[in-house]
Amino acid sequence: MNRLARITVFLLALLLWPGVSAAASGEQENLVLAAQSDTAGELDMDEYLYGHVGDAYGWHITTVNGHHVTVHLPVIVRSKTTGWHIFSSKHIEEGEEYEGFRIAAKGEPNEGKLVEEIAGGIVRPLDISITKNVFGLMVNSLVVVLLVLLGARWYRKHDAVEEAPHGFAGIVEMLVTMIEDDIIKVCVGPDYKRYSPYLLTAFFFIFINNLMGIIPLFPGGANITGNIAITFTLAICTFLAVNLFGNKHYYKDIFWPDVPVFLKAIPLMPLIEIIGVFTKPFSLMIRLFANILAGHMMLLGVVAVVFLTAEMGVGLNSGMSVISVLFGVFMDILELLVAFLQAYVFTMLSSVFIGLSRQAPEKE
Amino acid sequence: MILQAVAGAALGKAGAALGAGIAAVAAAIGIGKIGQAALEAGARQPEKADHYRLTAIIVGALVEGACLFAILVCLIGK
Repeated sequence: MNRLARITVFLLALLLWPGVSAAASGEQENLVLAAQSDTAGELDMDEYLYGHVGDAYGWHITTVNGHHVTVHLPVIVRSKTTGWHIFSSKHIEEGEEYEGFRIAAKGEPNEGKLVEEIAGGIVRPLDISITKNVFGLMVNSLVVVLLVLLGARWYRKHDAVEEAPHGFAGIVEMLVTMIEDDIIKVCVGPDYKRYSPYLLTAFFFIFINNLMGIIPLFPGGANITGNIAITFTLAICTFLAVNLFGNKHYYKDIFWPDVPVFLKAIPLMPLIEIIGVFTKPFSLMIRLFANILAGHMMLLGVVAVVFLTAEMGVGLNSGMSVISVLFGVFMDILELLVAFLQAYVFTMLSSVFIGLSRQAPEKE
Repeated sequence: MILQAVAGAALGKAGAALGAGIAAVAAAIGIGKIGQAALEAGARQPEKADHYRLTAIIVGALVEGACLFAILVCLIGK
């Protein structure tokens, strides 16, 4: 422990030394300069936060010397008056107008989205653009497909009973076996093989999308599972899997449960059960969305500390930067755990709901 | 009247901050109780300690879901 303590003190000193020396020497000058210059703008927290976790028509990567490095994605719109338009988002990125379309500015009703000015006013055309979230979804789905198919390639050439896979196929088998044996077999019941494809797909989709959201380099870093439309679709899939294949016993338990008549006649229990049919997928949707979004926003807030303290003096800025970086690393590791856990919990709850909808009635 | 409008906006922000604080306290209490139960059960029966740890993590995620729902409402009401 003595050696560890010494290494820790040395690293901390290394991190803090530039800030302390800069603070001791030039703090007065920097403050005066900052007060005088007009370009030292305040950090707009709303735009910073929602700009990073929201959707956009182009994928903004960074800004070098005032020059925006952006991947311009195609905008595909259909206007009622002029038909289909396909153009790069480069033309509308600074709020300019192109072919009658522009992005609605702050304060307007359709803020941030593409609107069209026609004779009757400002209207929103049919918009199927490839936005940042759509492009990220495509890239992540490709990653999932590659991961699973490359992992499955091993099984074509080797006999799975005779030898165990190692390397990449081993990781994929480990994950698949863990989900299948610990969750799907246990929770769905005897006919689990019908639902394994959907549940395993859901797990890998959510897991890979969560992980790609943590990676800050392009093409990772799009906030996909923190987008409520995506989690809504996942919840709809579970809703359909549960209710389309439900037992007769399952529906009997909803509409005419085995309770005293006075609870069924005023339809109290059936009403509660019907609400329950909808709240279960709803909670799945909100849980995944809120966990991932909250993680991203916390990480963004920790990094924003560096920029917020930039005007308050060099000493404070460098000290808070060190704290912010260390805390940010810790938050990133926590995000890894949350990424896996949310996928695990979603799959587990979906398999429990499917299993509950296919239970055999208890023998009297 | 302007004062009332300003007061209304400030009340929204104050309510949102208060709600977020209460949600954090609720999450801390809930997950603390789960941790306590898992550790006590593991102390009574060390062979199944791994099972208790896994169950604790899963139930922690479920409780966190409820608290994050409150956080969402606060973010929207800000």
